[in-house]
Amino acid sequence: MAGETTPPGILLTTMDKGVNWARTRSMWPAAFGLACCAIEMMATGGSHNDISRFGMEVFRASPRQADLMIVAGRVSQKMAPVLRQVYDQMAEPKWVISMGACASTGGMFNNYALVQGVDQIVPVDMYVPGCPPGPQSLLHGILSLQEEIMAGTIRR
Amino acid sequence: MSDTPDLVTGDRETPIIEPPVSVTEVDEGASRREVHDMWVAGTEEPEWVRTATDEGAQEMLPEGDDPAAAIQRGIAVDDDFVDSDDTDADQRQIINMGPQHPSTHGVLRLHLELEGETIRRVKPIIGYLHTGMEKTAETLSYMQGATNVTRMDYLSPFHNELAYSLAVEQLLRVEIPARAQAIRILMTELNRVASHLLWVATQGMDVGAVSMMLFGWQDRELCLEFFEKVTGLRMNHNYIRPGGVAADLPDGWEDDVESLLVKLPAGIDRHEAILNKNPIFLDRTRGVGVITPEECRQYGVSGPIARGSGIAHDLRKAFPYSGIEQYEFDVPVGKHGDVLDRYFVRMEEMRQSLRIVHQVLNTMPAGDYRTEDRKVTPPPRKRIDESMEALIHHFKLFTEGFRVPAGEAYQGVESPRGHLGVYIVSQGGARPWRLHVRAPSFAAVQAMPVMMTDSLVADLVATLASADPVLGDVDR
Amino acid sequence: MSEEQSTTEEGRIEGADGPEIERVLPADETLAALATEFASARFEVFEAAGASWDIVNVSADEYHALVAAAQAAGYTLFIDLCAVDYLRRTPRFDVVVHIESITPARRLRIKIGVPASDASIASITDIFAGANFFEREAYDLMGVDFTGHPDMTRILLPDEWEGHPLRKDASVGSVPIQFKASYKTT
Repeated sequence: MAGETTPPGILLTTMDKGVNWARTRSMWPAAFGLACCAIEMMATGGSHNDISRFGMEVFRASPRQADLMIVAGRVSQKMAPVLRQVYDQMAEPKWVISMGACASTGGMFNNYALVQGVDQIVPVDMYVPGCPPGPQSLLHGILSLQEEIMAGTIRR
Repeated sequence: MSDTPDLVTGDRETPIIEPPVSVTEVDEGASRREVHDMWVAGTEEPEWVRTATDEGAQEMLPEGDDPAAAIQRGIAVDDDFVDSDDTDADQRQIINMGPQHPSTHGVLRLHLELEGETIRRVKPIIGYLHTGMEKTAETLSYMQGATNVTRMDYLSPFHNELAYSLAVEQLLRVEIPARAQAIRILMTELNRVASHLLWVATQGMDVGAVSMMLFGWQDRELCLEFFEKVTGLRMNHNYIRPGGVAADLPDGWEDDVESLLVKLPAGIDRHEAILNKNPIFLDRTRGVGVITPEECRQYGVSGPIARGSGIAHDLRKAFPYSGIEQYEFDVPVGKHGDVLDRYFVRMEEMRQSLRIVHQVLNTMPAGDYRTEDRKVTPPPRKRIDESMEALIHHFKLFTEGFRVPAGEAYQGVESPRGHLGVYIVSQGGARPWRLHVRAPSFAAVQAMPVMMTDSLVADLVATLASADPVLGDVDR
Repeated sequence: MSEEQSTTEEGRIEGADGPEIERVLPADETLAALATEFASARFEVFEAAGASWDIVNVSADEYHALVAAAQAAGYTLFIDLCAVDYLRRTPRFDVVVHIESITPARRLRIKIGVPASDASIASITDIFAGANFFEREAYDLMGVDFTGHPDMTRILLPDEWEGHPLRKDASVGSVPIQFKASYKTT
């Protein structure tokens, strides 16, 4: 970023890089815990795995204040409209992580009650496999998403 | 099954449930005021206030009948309320809590009818996590079924698997080796501790003690590490299966359990050190969310909630399963049926569970970890290499599954949330004809209006957390 | 599909699941009193390793009164209520109620046959308030109607859902995602 010709104390960068850096380093997830995966999501936020190392410990209860929705668990037909509404309430730019097998594909429950993959309702940026994914998997998913954002442009 | 066990705690006459304030005749509605009463300026300072804080209570509320002060002191809960007929309908407002709310422990939705800050009516609306597991169970063979049920109550997966496996074994009428039974007890009791630790973390956080969240998760991780070592997964283990358990305990499990038996009691002591004398915690839980024993029986409420209100009933004592009657443990029973008593009951239950774990550690029998019955258990790996028949047998067992004689069986186990029952109807096939799960949280959610009506909105969160509902269990 | 046949006077029919149960008075006093009071009650005992259940089959007419009598006889703890679909049997459905007595520790399973033509049965919410949600669940998933229930609506599925998924003639498979209008706020 910093060129050799710049005077000391001045940092030059592109708009994209600067904004993306800011976006990734304080990404606030909306607490959208649904089922088993929510427990692992909370464990990720707990003291042992400590998600705050990545600037994400602020799980917001209100979607208006969140950038990232972690869909943690199985999405039932009854919950689907609620999930979509929460997504719509989030301010742009926003990202979605589909956490676990059920959220990604319906998992082992291919039946009348479940939405077979949350990507039928909201656009998903990152799928985290596992049933449930451990905290390490979720952290890996989050870091991968951060890399993805860093590689992209401001306009999305 | 004939003689009724003495359920009341043996060691302690009244297990630590005495509140710090001397409360007499708490069960009488007339003295409810005293339960809620706090020290006000100008009166004599009670003893516990001095011990709890350095400078005495911080509340300097004016004495007298100022209604605003009464509400703040929390005494306007249900003794000052005059019947609703006098109140205009437009004085009430309906608010909707959930399904996406951080304090509903999942996707529970509550319809609240408020009058000021007082809840007049509550209607739980559930089904936002309905997964159709009972239908899915009909398409899975009996061996696959444990995969399904373990995802119901995701905080106590071992208990789900245990109830399911025991119900299937009732129909199969197979004998389970002593070692498998002991492993089952070991895992389920550790699971109870893990579940209660998570409960104390969330209960603490919901009434404002965020540090509990950190400590609780930290101790729960210890249990999960052991589970991961044994089963390969942190949650949803699919470890207890019809016929035994999936694998024997790993080498060196004794050391792990011994280390747990040192670390977990220390963690429990630390939790109690934070909460037991914390005036905020006590004030927010004492006399809040009361449910009477009669209401518990009526609504099918079981587990720590029922025991907190004085029903000395524990399935491990009343209808012992999986050889739990060999181990010594006590059933803590509360008196007042409020959130604080549920807290004390759960803390003591953790100690009792660790006591069982300690006994299992010392008396773990040798032997096989699954039944010898080749109808249920696949042949060992070595035999498959040698014998064609064993290979065919193995193949059949995993493709078609074993057949279970026609009949119906119900098995209840004492899960951390109460009476968890599995009812299986078999028509003689390789898949259950019907599987129904009696979920303890389902009954607890149903009883929530009883616990919450005419209390303050702020107390709702404490009450909700104290019922410890797991929505995967409620909606299935 | 099930073809309806008239039920016998006991209300419980020799069906696909075995011969008619013989009417033997149970050894236990409380249950014997119940057996003499209710003509249609057929008692049996299920014994397995670690579990023993008293089972009573009763007609839909006497069901409500039997539950009330059982509660008065000491079975005060409500455990469970569910419905089972036997599809080709008449009566097609069984409603299964589990109740428990704390002292002495005993359990009772009450089974009631419900025909498909008129899948309705008396509600026991006036006896056990806790049957409320369980009856709603049985209605929602199995389509058994409970008359006298204060709020007989769907509980687990969305209100506008059609059909009863746990019935054996309902398919298991996934259904296409149903989008509804955005969430109503009252």
